Amino acid sequence: MALDDNGLAARRDELLDTRPHPETSVALRDNGAQLPGAGKEHEIRNFSINFGPQHPAAHGVLRLVLELDGEVVERVDPHIGLLHRGTEKLIEYKTYVQANPYFDRLDYVAPMSQEHAYCLAIEKLLGIEVPKRGQLVRVLFLEISRILSHLLNVTTQAMDVGALTPPLWGFEEREKLMVFYERASGSRMHANYFRPGGVHQDLPPELIDDIWDWCDPFLKVCDDLDALFIGNRIFKQRNVDIGVVSLEDCWRLGFSGVMVRGSGAAWDLRKAQPYECYEELEFDIPVGTNGDNYDRQVIRMLEMRESVRIMKQCLHKLRSPEGGGPVTSVDGKVAPPKRGEMKRSMEALIHHFKLYTEGFHVPAGEVYAAVEAPKGEFGVYLVADGTNKPYRCRIRAPGFAHLQAMDFMCRGHMLADVSAVLGSLDIVFGEVDR
Amino acid sequence: MAQDLAQLGHHIADRLGPVVTGHAVSYGELTIVVERAAIVEAITFLRDDPACRFICFIDLCGADYPGRERRFDVVYHLLSPHLNQRIRIKVETDEVSPVPSIIGVFPAADWYEREAYDLYGILFTGHPDLRRILTDYGFEGHPLRKDFPMTGFVEVRYDDTEGRVVYEPVKLQQEFRSFDFLSPWEGTDYVLPGDEKAKAG
Repeated sequence: MALDDNGLAARRDELLDTRPHPETSVALRDNGAQLPGAGKEHEIRNFSINFGPQHPAAHGVLRLVLELDGEVVERVDPHIGLLHRGTEKLIEYKTYVQANPYFDRLDYVAPMSQEHAYCLAIEKLLGIEVPKRGQLVRVLFLEISRILSHLLNVTTQAMDVGALTPPLWGFEEREKLMVFYERASGSRMHANYFRPGGVHQDLPPELIDDIWDWCDPFLKVCDDLDALFIGNRIFKQRNVDIGVVSLEDCWRLGFSGVMVRGSGAAWDLRKAQPYECYEELEFDIPVGTNGDNYDRQVIRMLEMRESVRIMKQCLHKLRSPEGGGPVTSVDGKVAPPKRGEMKRSMEALIHHFKLYTEGFHVPAGEVYAAVEAPKGEFGVYLVADGTNKPYRCRIRAPGFAHLQAMDFMCRGHMLADVSAVLGSLDIVFGEVDR
Repeated sequence: MAQDLAQLGHHIADRLGPVVTGHAVSYGELTIVVERAAIVEAITFLRDDPACRFICFIDLCGADYPGRERRFDVVYHLLSPHLNQRIRIKVETDEVSPVPSIIGVFPAADWYEREAYDLYGILFTGHPDLRRILTDYGFEGHPLRKDFPMTGFVEVRYDDTEGRVVYEPVKLQQEFRSFDFLSPWEGTDYVLPGDEKAKAG
């Protein structure tokens, strides 16, 4: 087969020509004595196929160049960058607040987790504290984001291995959560809700009630999903003992989040290096034992239940007096004033004007802020030079390290396992390609 | 916590000797600066030393400071789940001097080094497959360098007559507007006739 520089087969018919010839295929060879052309085993050769970039199981725009020996995968070469938008470059040309929406567009399945890491980095450099209510609202929406992400991943994993119903059930709940996003921020996905110093607006009291009313029925949905496919025979056949990674390899390969927990480490940044008010909240960390696809998906299911537990505690605190007060820093040099204030106070008006034209200046320095995003450790390495724009904003996406390990995880597996392994890695191309 | 980190920094500097050219704790984070040639030694030490055990690779990235003699920083982030600490290791380099690859210590560095090469043009020796990763096939230049314009040099579109995607020089409908908010406006210096007498007096 003629491959061009990129490994693409030059023409489709050439690709078709490389399919195993009936004479040399394994099934015919066994009783091949009577067949013409018997004994031609030496003509069996490895062939490479393209998986993606447009493939429903590629979870976005991933192009995998697979080298196969029959149906066994010998080498995987993921080609990424098809969704590269130069986010890090763009951020260098924007003020700190203008750069915030770019983070929604990284992992667009759980947008607020990304904004959070960026805001934490800025807050670390500025040395500002988020008020209690702001922290509670943040944690509430972080956990909503986690459920959004896990729901999509777990149910589409079921779809990748053959089931069609789970994603439909999952999307119904995601829709409800996105309505909560919209009622808080005005946008279903690209929220731009977390701001340096807190969150943009306070939640309306009815929204707090509605989220509370959503929590318990959702646990029932989790039970249904468990019954629908977690215990399902086909789901188990396709996932148990597939894509096994030892804990030692996990660390070496830069894994984080569910990927290390699936291999047996009780490592969660919310517990290990707590941020916001996670220290005061009660929740457990599900840990796997086998490090295979199945353990990872079971952990994701359990984490959704833990998220609901955290959300309920947050909602409870938001209603109590300790959860009162402002949702954002009251430092007028960082957080913009409320509209009502601007009508009365000249100083507020000046602050507003300065913040939305020049933006605030961040003292020179460099920090790395990491959060436990649904997909793993999402980090922002921010270098500030004392001006109103980031000098360098490095985005450390968990999916990048996970996808890199595709070759390591898929070698020796069957072709059909590639999409199962890919699904269990929880890849979203917004953050891998940046 | 900050004291622990400072102690850890001293420990690392003592054990590694002169290859560590600096270490500091700021914003609760430990940064060490290492000689370029000794990066593999330093990373291996940090991974294997029983008092460090930075066994988890977190990140590797470039950073560009065109004003410096050696313009690039390669910044490594490692995590020690045992100590529950992070560390940042920095190495200085320029366009032509390659940095030894740490792929033998952490296989995860593979794509990260490719990315640093792609976006900054930082070279790594000992990397088995140093090709571009994020930019287009056949892309020219290193887009995250500070001297690379944000709008780039070429734009692509699908050409109906030729039946393929064509590359053309960037044509901007509107000039890229970069507002310089940093020059403080001091106001106009009005010279009113007669004022100089008041100052002189």
